[in-house]
Amino acid sequence: MWKLLNQITRTGLCSEKPSAAPWACNTLPQEHSPEAAQHALLKIVGRALTIRAIDAGSCNGCELEMHALSNPYYNLEGAGLRFVASPRHADLLLVTGPVARNMLQPLLRTIEATPRPRFVVALGECACTGGWFGDSYATLGALSRVLPVDLHIPGCPPEPGFILACLLNFLQRLPAERLPA
Amino acid sequence: MTSSPTDRKSLHHLIQDYCPDAGRLPGPFPLWRGACSPAHWAPLAEGVWQAQGRLVALWWSSEGAVLQATYVLGREVLWASLAHSAGHPVADISPWFPGANRLQRAAADLASGALAFAAADQRPWLDHGCWAQQGHQEPAPNLPYAFVPVTGEGVHEIAVGPVHAGIIEPGHFRFSVVGEKVLRLEAHLGYTHKGAVAHWRQLPPLQGHRLAARLCGDSTVAYSWAYCMALEAALGWLVPERSLWLRALLLERERVANHLGDLGALGNDAGFAVGLAHFSRLREDWLRLSNTVFGHRLLMDRITPGGVCCDLQAPQCALLQAQCAALEPEVLALRDIYEGHAGLQDRFGATGQVLPALARQLGLTGLAGRASGIARDLRRHPQWAPYNALDVQLVLREEGDVAARVAVRFDETLESLRLIRLVLEHLPPAEPAGAAAAPALSAAPGSGLGRVEGWRGEIQVALQLQATPQGPTVSDIHLHDPSWHNWPVLEHAILGNIVPDFPLINKSFNLCYSGHDQ
Ligand code: SF4
Repeated sequence: MWKLLNQITRTGLCSEKPSAAPWACNTLPQEHSPEAAQHALLKIVGRALTIRAIDAGSCNGCELEMHALSNPYYNLEGAGLRFVASPRHADLLLVTGPVARNMLQPLLRTIEATPRPRFVVALGECACTGGWFGDSYATLGALSRVLPVDLHIPGCPPEPGFILACLLNFLQRLPAERLPA
Repeated sequence: MTSSPTDRKSLHHLIQDYCPDAGRLPGPFPLWRGACSPAHWAPLAEGVWQAQGRLVALWWSSEGAVLQATYVLGREVLWASLAHSAGHPVADISPWFPGANRLQRAAADLASGALAFAAADQRPWLDHGCWAQQGHQEPAPNLPYAFVPVTGEGVHEIAVGPVHAGIIEPGHFRFSVVGEKVLRLEAHLGYTHKGAVAHWRQLPPLQGHRLAARLCGDSTVAYSWAYCMALEAALGWLVPERSLWLRALLLERERVANHLGDLGALGNDAGFAVGLAHFSRLREDWLRLSNTVFGHRLLMDRITPGGVCCDLQAPQCALLQAQCAALEPEVLALRDIYEGHAGLQDRFGATGQVLPALARQLGLTGLAGRASGIARDLRRHPQWAPYNALDVQLVLREEGDVAARVAVRFDETLESLRLIRLVLEHLPPAEPAGAAAAPALSAAPGSGLGRVEGWRGEIQVALQLQATPQGPTVSDIHLHDPSWHNWPVLEHAILGNIVPDFPLINKSFNLCYSGHDQ
């Protein structure tokens, strides 16, 4: 126990403000800064916005970076976002991969199980454009070929900080009536 | 089935008897390739099994309608091909190599009817009835899969997946349980099949490493290296010494990154969330420095045909050295905490056990194999540069439980840190610009085999090039993931354990879906 406490105190806090990370680039105008988005989000939703991840045939690279979002640096929940286990509890679906045909039915069923209003986000090059796999006998390619997509986050894989900035920016720009009550 | 020493044959005898025309191929590993007749296909497998060799991969090449297999005996590799005539089922080799069951079913799926095996299990594996070539362009629902039923009083089934509760890849698990106790687990995979092989035929071979890097995101360095090794062997290229050392540096960094992630997740799955917080912080530091020094957090596309596309100067070497020095005490401190935590040890110990005898019988490989007494690590091969100069220390445990797989990860992390420092200290100097002639795509391209010890186990790429007026193109390629052999073992590891321990056991293997399904 002593060793554990020692390790915890020695490490201290390492969470970064969303804007402190290097990617929180100059490309985001001030009013869309992740911090502003975070405040706006909490004001409008009043609770954490819940995210459900769906792998529709990714190489696992995008999943690794999604995992990284939950590490202490990014303070995801501090930004008002939370991963949940069930689509029934989700507001937003993060979909990765070039939509493998073998995954199409499970993907559509999971999305159907998510209550509206819901947002569908294509994460990574594969889900955005089909990436290196494109359209073939086994894949359908871009997610938008299958269903309407609210936001595309490019990158192979996109870095966690960039994912966070894109999500917060997107949510802040949404008209209030589209946000879940 | 046991064998006496007298009926054990050396690889050369097996070649003489069953693949008489086999010839030696160039490459860093001693490799023979030859054709095998249908009558000799099963005796060859049996001979390899008796000689205590193992099956690495088995696949179908639609080019030329050939079934291919690679076997390893000691340190030597045999790549055998069987010209297949339609209508004659191929002998089943799964009695000797249980891992062949799914490999054969996958081969039959990808041959779309052109290949059949004389095996009892004829269920499709990768093919879920959704692919476009089967006459329906419109998306079709997945066909039901015939899981083996378990009956008896109080037995019921739990179906999990393909979409899981956590952020993990898709696959279906069917548990047959009594109360909490698991009587049988059967996995159904193939959900992430992307038809990757078909894409290579359209790609110039010098671009193929980028696709190889995207088959399994956590082993992107290992896959790109294996692809490049195969391509370089097929083209007869020599790779500069410094590039080989840099490749090893990248591979060890990938190993450390994955071990850090897994150690955290294993702590978390056993109810120790602090472990996850610490290890995921360490992993993030590690990935960020990879990004700073090499330009990509997961090190994708850093290994290119003929070498690497990154180099190190003194300041970057210093950064990498300093990070190793900082990480080592942290890992040691966390190992102390894990080992001294009664709750963790209680969950880890004797959970998901695979004893060495079973591991050998089922062909368990890689990291999980080393936790079950299988003393095998490709990096200890005397001909694989630069590892032949690094004297990699084998990490081995006999217990085969979650605790052993955790211990192997701790020890391998520390060993990789040592290797990284060694590589940085002894990095050969860069060749003066222009010293090496620009490599040419040779006129008569052949075939090549690449083998790399990724963090999960042995990754193998078998590549066949063909000459065309536009230069060489890929006529056939197969990428083999160690998960093929380890998935069936997971189904044994869970037997007799309780359902709530499955996430922990599964994570301790951490097998790959995308690299398996491809
Ligand atoms: S975008 Fe890149 S990292 Fe993500 S799934 Fe596709 S290949 Fe993998």
